[in-house]
Amino acid sequence: MKRRDFLRNTIPATILPVIVGGLSVKAYGAESPLVQALMGTTTDTDKVLVLIQLNGGNDGLNMVIPIDIYGNYYNARQNIAIPQNRVLTLNGNDKTGLHPSMTGLQTLYNEGKLAVIQAVGYPSPNFSHFRATDIWMSASDSNKVVNTGWAGRYLGVEYPNFPNGYPNAAVPDPLAIQIGSITSLALQGPSVNMGMSITDPTNFYNLIDGVIDPAPDTPWGKELKYIRLVAQQTQQYAQVIKNAAAAVPTQGAYPSGNDLAAQLKVVARLIKGGLKTRVYMVSTGGFDTHSAQTDTADTTIGNHANLLARVSNAIKAFMDDVKALGVEDRVIGMTFSEFGRRIKSNSSVGTDHGAAAPVFVFGKNVRSGVYGNNPAIAGTVSVNDNIPFQYDFRSIYASILSQWFCVKTTDLETIMFKNFQNIPLCVNGACSTTGLDDVYRNAGDQLIVNYPNPFVESTKITFKTSGGHTLVHIIDTLGRSIKTLADKEYAPGVYNVDFNSYGLPPGVYYARFQNGAIQQVRSMLKVR
Amino acid sequence: MNRRDFLTARRKATHRPAPASPHQTARTFSGLTPYSGPFGTEEIVHLLKRTMFGASLDDIAYFRTRTMDQAVDELLNPAGLPAPPVKDYDTTGAAVPDTAVAPGATWVNDYSSDGTIQSRRRASFKKWGIGLMINQDRSIREKMTMFWHNHFATEAAEINDPQVLYKHHSLLRAQSLGNFKALVKSVTLDPGMLRYLNGYLNSKVAPDENYSRELQELFTLGKENNPNYTEDDVMAAARVLTGWRINFATTSTYYDNARHDIANKQFSSFFGNTVITGRTGPTAGDAELDDLLNMIFAKNIEVSQFIVKKIYRWFCYYTIDATAQATVIDPLALLFRNSNWDIKPVISTLLKSDHFFDALNRGCIIKSPIEIAVKLCREYGVVFPDTSTEYVDAYNMFEYIRAQATNLNQNFADPPSVSGWPSYYQEPQFYELWINSDTLPKRNRFTDTMVTTGYTRNGKTIKIDVVAFAKRLPNPADPNVLITDSLAVLYRVPLSQAARDVVKTNILLSGQTQDYYWTNAWNAHLANPTDPMALQTVTTRLRDLYKYFMNLAEYQLA
Repeated sequence: MKRRDFLRNTIPATILPVIVGGLSVKAYGAESPLVQALMGTTTDTDKVLVLIQLNGGNDGLNMVIPIDIYGNYYNARQNIAIPQNRVLTLNGNDKTGLHPSMTGLQTLYNEGKLAVIQAVGYPSPNFSHFRATDIWMSASDSNKVVNTGWAGRYLGVEYPNFPNGYPNAAVPDPLAIQIGSITSLALQGPSVNMGMSITDPTNFYNLIDGVIDPAPDTPWGKELKYIRLVAQQTQQYAQVIKNAAAAVPTQGAYPSGNDLAAQLKVVARLIKGGLKTRVYMVSTGGFDTHSAQTDTADTTIGNHANLLARVSNAIKAFMDDVKALGVEDRVIGMTFSEFGRRIKSNSSVGTDHGAAAPVFVFGKNVRSGVYGNNPAIAGTVSVNDNIPFQYDFRSIYASILSQWFCVKTTDLETIMFKNFQNIPLCVNGACSTTGLDDVYRNAGDQLIVNYPNPFVESTKITFKTSGGHTLVHIIDTLGRSIKTLADKEYAPGVYNVDFNSYGLPPGVYYARFQNGAIQQVRSMLKVR
Repeated sequence: MNRRDFLTARRKATHRPAPASPHQTARTFSGLTPYSGPFGTEEIVHLLKRTMFGASLDDIAYFRTRTMDQAVDELLNPAGLPAPPVKDYDTTGAAVPDTAVAPGATWVNDYSSDGTIQSRRRASFKKWGIGLMINQDRSIREKMTMFWHNHFATEAAEINDPQVLYKHHSLLRAQSLGNFKALVKSVTLDPGMLRYLNGYLNSKVAPDENYSRELQELFTLGKENNPNYTEDDVMAAARVLTGWRINFATTSTYYDNARHDIANKQFSSFFGNTVITGRTGPTAGDAELDDLLNMIFAKNIEVSQFIVKKIYRWFCYYTIDATAQATVIDPLALLFRNSNWDIKPVISTLLKSDHFFDALNRGCIIKSPIEIAVKLCREYGVVFPDTSTEYVDAYNMFEYIRAQATNLNQNFADPPSVSGWPSYYQEPQFYELWINSDTLPKRNRFTDTMVTTGYTRNGKTIKIDVVAFAKRLPNPADPNVLITDSLAVLYRVPLSQAARDVVKTNILLSGQTQDYYWTNAWNAHLANPTDPMALQTVTTRLRDLYKYFMNLAEYQLA
């Protein structure tokens, strides 16, 4: 039964709340014109977010390559640097390119379906896989312990009663689905995990086909089989998932031997099959490239190239599939990794744990383009030099929540704990516009400067805000936020703040300016 | 080594190999020969999960220094009886408050006919009973008490009087490892049973057959015998049992000769046409009861077979095939008869046998709701408020655990009928009846709650402290060993290496491939136990690990 039929068949004559596209309405029976209209568009307007986790800490600097400072890029990592003539170019952008194995994403960019957000991170980055993963999942401050996930908090605001009384006629489907055996911290709500796991594509198909893993012919095997049988029968969402999968007998081609593609194929099938599920999580690993990141003879091939090809090919196949299935309008996705890697490569032909890295947001309704500048790379870099973040990863979460899922401002603060920068990443016509349409890409506008530079102890920082929440803070090369100079609502205009560096060692400091969709980082040098 | 190799290696030529039949559940041929195989963690956990409410880390460690014989002997010889339930309730709304009982003092010696007080005392009794399981001593006694509670099933809601209720369960506990025939007599004259099966209303002018029937059908002989007792036998036994009364004010039974049927009672050929001579006078009821029990227990094959099978289904498995009948049930029944109905030799022989430790008899019991709820607390070492200093908080927590078991279809002290819980008698499913489309998701919700938020009341929280649990394992820094050691306590059936690896990688390693990422995270916490982020890192992963393990079907087996 299709969702539309399901709604029509199960809505009783009594008043029943229906949640459509994030809007809660009251339905006065199935024959109501309002209900008819809503049901007519339910499947098409339900928005889906696909989160792609790249486990291990992806080397963003070899994924999105700074062409305009190619010399410094090359100097910093000669043994793994991608040759400039092999960098994939982006239409209308001569400063930034992609790793040569990411032809799929290059195509998506050129088709206007890919946003590249530069240098995404957060203050005081953590270089532990575990801690950094938890920070990305929980959207916590680096020094805060938060044991809920950001997506879980979002779903918790949307569906506060879950799981009591779920599934129900209004929300018959899982709120979130993780492809894999484990439901991650990202989907952990305030009290329960808001997601369900489908144990890998193989077992997922087992679930669909009703196959049970074998148990031995022993007394305990007999009891185990029995319990598993009941578990299969009573998995509260098994039937809707089976129905959704069964509704999509054919799909586009996906690359073989690509675990991410296999997972995304399941996601596409379920979206097309009519599940209202808002959030899907998939993951792929191997990005912890301390050594042998590239082939020694040819830096365009090797381990990392294979990883990036896996990601690019999988996303491209997925996008082609959802387009062919006619659900392209409903889907956006984003990639993330717990951290980027160091600017300078190591002698093991690899890179060590680092700070900020680019994030991809893809989809037909994404505002394509490159957000932010290529990271600044000095002519001479030390092993500790990191890429300072230009965009807080939580700004991306917050932007997607408000622009894609139309989350209200007050709810957004509940979910994200703070007011984060709004980056115009995507378009959902159902959400009210907030005047952010053309504020990004202020290329050429100098929004933050400091004088003098170099400086000895104090320097004056001048910034130009277009109004609203504005942040100016100082971060060091380890990415630590060491001083906040401005962090409040401002009227539009030009302002000055002093940065007094008394007690700080000489070296490189970055002044980071953030205002709405705009941000810039100014490199500064403290000298004796 | 696969199971068959394991079995063959251990038994060698003394046992026939299991027949190779892929379409039939493998059978065991081991009997009551004393078990002489290894007695390591695996066997200790098996023994503890069957004889206690879960295998706590303390108890596992304790029995590692004992032989199997010593371990079983200790389990079968509990220390003193537990202190009685206390007044954990307030008296708001009571017409006649029990002011003579101080808060925190026991109410079991104070009679109250006030309905509100009685209701709160019944609740107090139930909380206390669950608390005894959670805080049980290192013995089989609470498991045996539950066995007899299921066997001589009564309902608190029917017994009504909390002192009578307490007395009934205390009787079962005190005599749980004693003499079965003596236990039957005690239960027959117990005010709780007299009340529950109307024995106290049974008189010569209006005989009530209720207890007479269950005494034979459910408590001693069973109904599968052929030939068996007749309806006339039920009526005759009812007349034997006339005259017994309850003094609720003193929580005692007394005999009223005026209500006793003094005529002779004629029994059927099943009982050898026995005639129980009618008597009169103050000892008449007692004397006739002895005659009745002697007559019933003279059918010693039937009684011993019936009880031994029930014990077997409680401790081993519900399927009794011809081999198990011949090698386990028959010799145990003979032992039961030869020991003049002493219970302990039967239990001891079973628990010390090859059969009990047979690989095929491990892991095949589906945990009852009370076991799920109580075992979780005991095996993870969930910390409860102190029953002496924080008795109200402690009872609150016991009530939560009790309510969880009730929610899963097992209401302690209120079984569905005099037959007990169907999971112990209903062919052909037995324990499988615990698991259905309603209860299985609820089981998962319970374990999820206990490992995620726990239960909080009055400022106190009971919750699985996953880090504290892991710390008590031998080597939690090694993720492989951590998983192995955890499963050794939590599971009774194997989890494939492939599954363990998936769990390790996805949860403990957050998708990384090197084990040292977990090791480093764990050691970082140990090096700085007060650091909230280091604690959070290991807490999140251990929480997800144990949540996952408890969600798998394997966790339901004991």
